[in-house]
Amino acid sequence: MKITREDIDHLAELSNFSLEDAEKESLKGDLENIIQYISELSNLDTDGISPTFQVFEMENVWRDDEILAQDADRESLLALTKEEEDHQIKIPKVL
Amino acid sequence: MKIANKMTKAVDLVQEALEKVEKYKDYNIFTFVNAENALKKAAIIDAKIKKGEPVGRLAGVPYALKDNFLSPEGETTASAKILTGFTSPVTATSVKKLEDEGAIMIGRTNLDAFAHGSSTENSYFGVTKNAKDKTRVAGGSSGGSAVAVALDIVQFATGTDTGGSIRQPASFNGVFGLKPTYGAISRYGVVAMASSTDCVGFFTREASDLDLLMSITAGRDPKDQTTLPDFYESSEGDKKDFPGQRAGYDRALARDTRDDGLARRVSREVLSYRIGVIKDFKSDILDKKVKELSAKGFEIKEVSLPTLKYALAVYYVTVPAELSSNLSRHDGIRYGFRSKDANTLSDLYEHTRAEGFMPENKRRIMIGNFVLSSGFYDAYFMKAAKARTLIINEYEKAFRDVDFLLTPVSPNPAFKIGEKVNDPLAMYLEDVMSVPANLAGLPALAFPAGETDNGLPVGLQLLGPRRSDAELIKFAEENL
Repeated sequence: MKITREDIDHLAELSNFSLEDAEKESLKGDLENIIQYISELSNLDTDGISPTFQVFEMENVWRDDEILAQDADRESLLALTKEEEDHQIKIPKVL
Repeated sequence: MKIANKMTKAVDLVQEALEKVEKYKDYNIFTFVNAENALKKAAIIDAKIKKGEPVGRLAGVPYALKDNFLSPEGETTASAKILTGFTSPVTATSVKKLEDEGAIMIGRTNLDAFAHGSSTENSYFGVTKNAKDKTRVAGGSSGGSAVAVALDIVQFATGTDTGGSIRQPASFNGVFGLKPTYGAISRYGVVAMASSTDCVGFFTREASDLDLLMSITAGRDPKDQTTLPDFYESSEGDKKDFPGQRAGYDRALARDTRDDGLARRVSREVLSYRIGVIKDFKSDILDKKVKELSAKGFEIKEVSLPTLKYALAVYYVTVPAELSSNLSRHDGIRYGFRSKDANTLSDLYEHTRAEGFMPENKRRIMIGNFVLSSGFYDAYFMKAAKARTLIINEYEKAFRDVDFLLTPVSPNPAFKIGEKVNDPLAMYLEDVMSVPANLAGLPALAFPAGETDNGLPVGLQLLGPRRSDAELIKFAEENL
């Protein structure tokens, strides 16, 4: 499958990061190679096979609907952000 | 494991480890050295011993922590710029269990950023060098941990294994490395890569140390709903209860009860394990080991798992899909690195992630978004999920005929630094023999099996059915 510059731009947008022009060029080649490799899967017959999304054997692990003791409190979590004011995290303008 | 007691002081053990950290500085093993805290903790343990107070099973044992385990000691960066400046207020369950037994963290070890890689070259903190040859890679992603144990700086180190990240560096540096059954050890407080294959495990120089570490860390954790109920029973217990008998496990019983979580070890008469080797997964070192085991009386059988040739493709669909979702949380707002170059919120996301992720992180996130995007989901993500079922079924079938499978860990020994760094696909092919165990959730134990002509260590791995971790370790202790 051929990967175009538009494909790279679209995937970068989905991935939520910007890319330099030089990065785009090398990613185009890398992704094309990788996608070609994983496309081998189309040779495998999987008709009637159900998918596996996880390998944990147990289902429906329940617990009581109550708040468990937490390792971190509000103060220590807020202390992790670079910009805090009045117990709130500051961000740049949205639009 | 050398444990602090009346004869051995914890402070001496820690001091010795810290001196070695300094001595081997040029290997670039550690991203953080915990000198001050480690010495303080050691002094507390020594004081307890002096007073005759009880201490844990790992009293004063220095260990190295892969830098993707959260704890308040040092920044947890996963060797990625985007997490620099992040000191965790929470402690991973596995770390807490080790520390409760008196183990002392000497330092945090280097990895491929977010555990994306097979060489520890994709780290924001530079390359970690191989313990036996400084011009070669340590393997990865847990390269720093493997080298720390191989150079005898610490007695054990933690690792994570999503597709071989413990076993391949163990093999490259000549130490033991265990990737347990999926769900054996809590993932709470470990930086998530791919949630359906991530496993916590260990590096040691003795197989028996793995038994001790598993008996301490395995088990159900209310903070990780994918942890198995207490299935791990140390072989030590059997030895005490049934002296003179070989501890094995009742295969028929294990098979009958495997699915409902009740499989238990039972002692029984000596039994002869049947070892399977996989067609297409062969090497000279493997042939030699097979001859050795055969001479000891073990039955060797060749088994065929035809879908394994698709395992790497399945892995490089499934894992990027999962990690692209897991890494979407890193936005520069709540913790870690935040780009200064941003006027709007979307700028902030895009620039923080552009500056904070390594090129390999970006490749994998983009592949993940590709296989999940509309138009490609069925052909890639769903197709891989179905192929995964076939792989699991083939293993189940193989384990009806054999007890363990013996395979190489990787296609080649440690390669030169820089050799594969510009060819992502060549790097991925490193994982071709290690990823199948993760896709099926099976335990796999890498052990040192020999050397190449030029003296590079080569490991092999032994795989068993789910929950056979204790048997694998026991077998390695006695026969490998």
